[in-house]
Amino acid sequence: MATVVSGPQVASARPAAPSRRVSSSARRPNRIGTVVLLIGALYCLMPVVWVLTASTKSANELFSTLTFVPSTHLWDNIRELSAYRGGLYWRWMANTALYAGVGALASTLVSAMAGYGLAKFVFPGKRAVFNVILAGVLVPGVVLAIPQYLLLAKVGLTNTYWSVLLPSMISPYGIYLARIYAAASVPDDVIEAARTDGAREWRVFGSISVPMMMPGLVTVFLFQFVAIWNNFMLPYIMLGNDRLFPITVGLSGLLNQGASQPAMYTSVITGALLSILPLGALFLTLQRYWQVDLAAGAVKA
Amino acid sequence: MNRATVATPNRGVRRHTGLRAYGYLAPAAVLFTLFLALPIVYALYLSLRTVKVKGLGLGRGARTEVWAGLSNYRHALVGDPDFLGSVGRVALYGLVLVPTMLGLALLFALLLDARGARARGFSRVSIFLPYAVPAVIASLLWGFLYLPRVSPFLYVAGRLGWPQPDVLSQQWVTFAIANIGLWGGVGFNMIVIYTALKAIPSELYEAARLDGASEAAIAWRIKVPVVAPSLILTFLFSMIATLQVFAEPMTLRPLTNTISSTWSPLMKVYRDAFTRNDIYSAAATSVVIALATFVLSFGFLRLVQRRAFSQENS
Repeated sequence: MATVVSGPQVASARPAAPSRRVSSSARRPNRIGTVVLLIGALYCLMPVVWVLTASTKSANELFSTLTFVPSTHLWDNIRELSAYRGGLYWRWMANTALYAGVGALASTLVSAMAGYGLAKFVFPGKRAVFNVILAGVLVPGVVLAIPQYLLLAKVGLTNTYWSVLLPSMISPYGIYLARIYAAASVPDDVIEAARTDGAREWRVFGSISVPMMMPGLVTVFLFQFVAIWNNFMLPYIMLGNDRLFPITVGLSGLLNQGASQPAMYTSVITGALLSILPLGALFLTLQRYWQVDLAAGAVKA
Repeated sequence: MNRATVATPNRGVRRHTGLRAYGYLAPAAVLFTLFLALPIVYALYLSLRTVKVKGLGLGRGARTEVWAGLSNYRHALVGDPDFLGSVGRVALYGLVLVPTMLGLALLFALLLDARGARARGFSRVSIFLPYAVPAVIASLLWGFLYLPRVSPFLYVAGRLGWPQPDVLSQQWVTFAIANIGLWGGVGFNMIVIYTALKAIPSELYEAARLDGASEAAIAWRIKVPVVAPSLILTFLFSMIATLQVFAEPMTLRPLTNTISSTWSPLMKVYRDAFTRNDIYSAAATSVVIALATFVLSFGFLRLVQRRAFSQENS
């Protein structure tokens, strides 16, 4: 994954095209292509538009009025959701921000250190360590959840914030990416020069290497942030106390209640809408970072 | 220590800084050991154990843990129709989802990269947006849209006098779940492929364009082969994700009775561990899923000659 902010494609330096036919075929508007892209966009936007309109409906209107016709009860629905068990929903929101924010930050730091160590040092066992990490990328994470639960239960950490935070802090894929960023963006002579000037190891890492790796580390952070924000199975298994739930586990529980009391459905739908807003806003503002090359490659700043 | 390393000749510097590497790796090593390696070893251990019950299983010492050999595995692989059923459902789910998702992702990426199409910025953001929606929330939204009283498709079909199939019926529920995976995943994979396309130097196909090759021919003959490593990786990650599908069927369960508690292999693991308190057979099933993932991943990578990761094995 490279965080390339590329400008408009630079036209090649060839002389003007010799044949007119070519340039006209290249510029001909591709109507079918446009239609296909718009159908894709509509398919992807449709559930979002639905949740926008559905969250404006009262419980009676939800199943009786036309699907995409909005109503006027959005504010009532938000008030009702906020009143649910003393604002439990907002606590879930705060929990999710805590799990994703702290977990992703710690994971990025751990990955940056390990990736830097792997890229910039020669030491015995380096190849073995890297292969273990590559294997770790392929381990299906959620298969680990049950043994993790049993082990954390032995030390009494289940049903705490730590039970979700600690397993989120290690990301073999993040280490793999950080190693590539470190190898590509921190030149050896810069490190050598800093050391020759007498800079301490931590200063070299913190003030020189980390800023050079920063564009890549932002991407590692975003990846891990989204992964934790979206995670369901880990907190679902680890947590019993609903005051510790993240939004995913909380809303899934609300939906379960809705099966017996359909009046809950409006709260579930309003909750779904509000939960999409923060990450949706994050995505739109950080659009330029979302150029994803899974096996990395060069990092251009 | 700093001064000493600076003063010593180059070899000495390398040796010393080599030791420091362990300092950088220490936090990752501790976390990796505690939350990846140890759980795997523990799951392997549990998968070989079982509980022996004496008499009615009451009182102290009536339940003892003993070695079970491979009986948990034998039970999971041969003796348990629930597990085999879940594997079959997930195989169908993966066969529907992965080719559709990657095919559409490739198509959208090529169209975004092609010259002629319009509304590309809008489409790129819109198609990528579902990646910001957690699988649980996505399942919840689609779950409501599948309900006959809410679904706009069924409404339109009804108005037109077409048949209105129940998408959550036994016959269609796998496709209904695959659609949620498609919705959530197509944009992310599109961006991965699109990023690879943007990295192709335009000289590569400018010549073909001058020779009069159509955009479609350029896409198929030049662009697709160049982005093959990205396709391989997206395929690999999609396959791993397919094997561990959990959040979508779990969320849809309250809306329909066609999704059993053992719909996917991971749901069966969850049921065994927490509903039946049989952590031993749950562990055996987890190990089987992990092994299957490894065999499929490495088999696939071998098949495509490790093109994806090979340049990084320096």
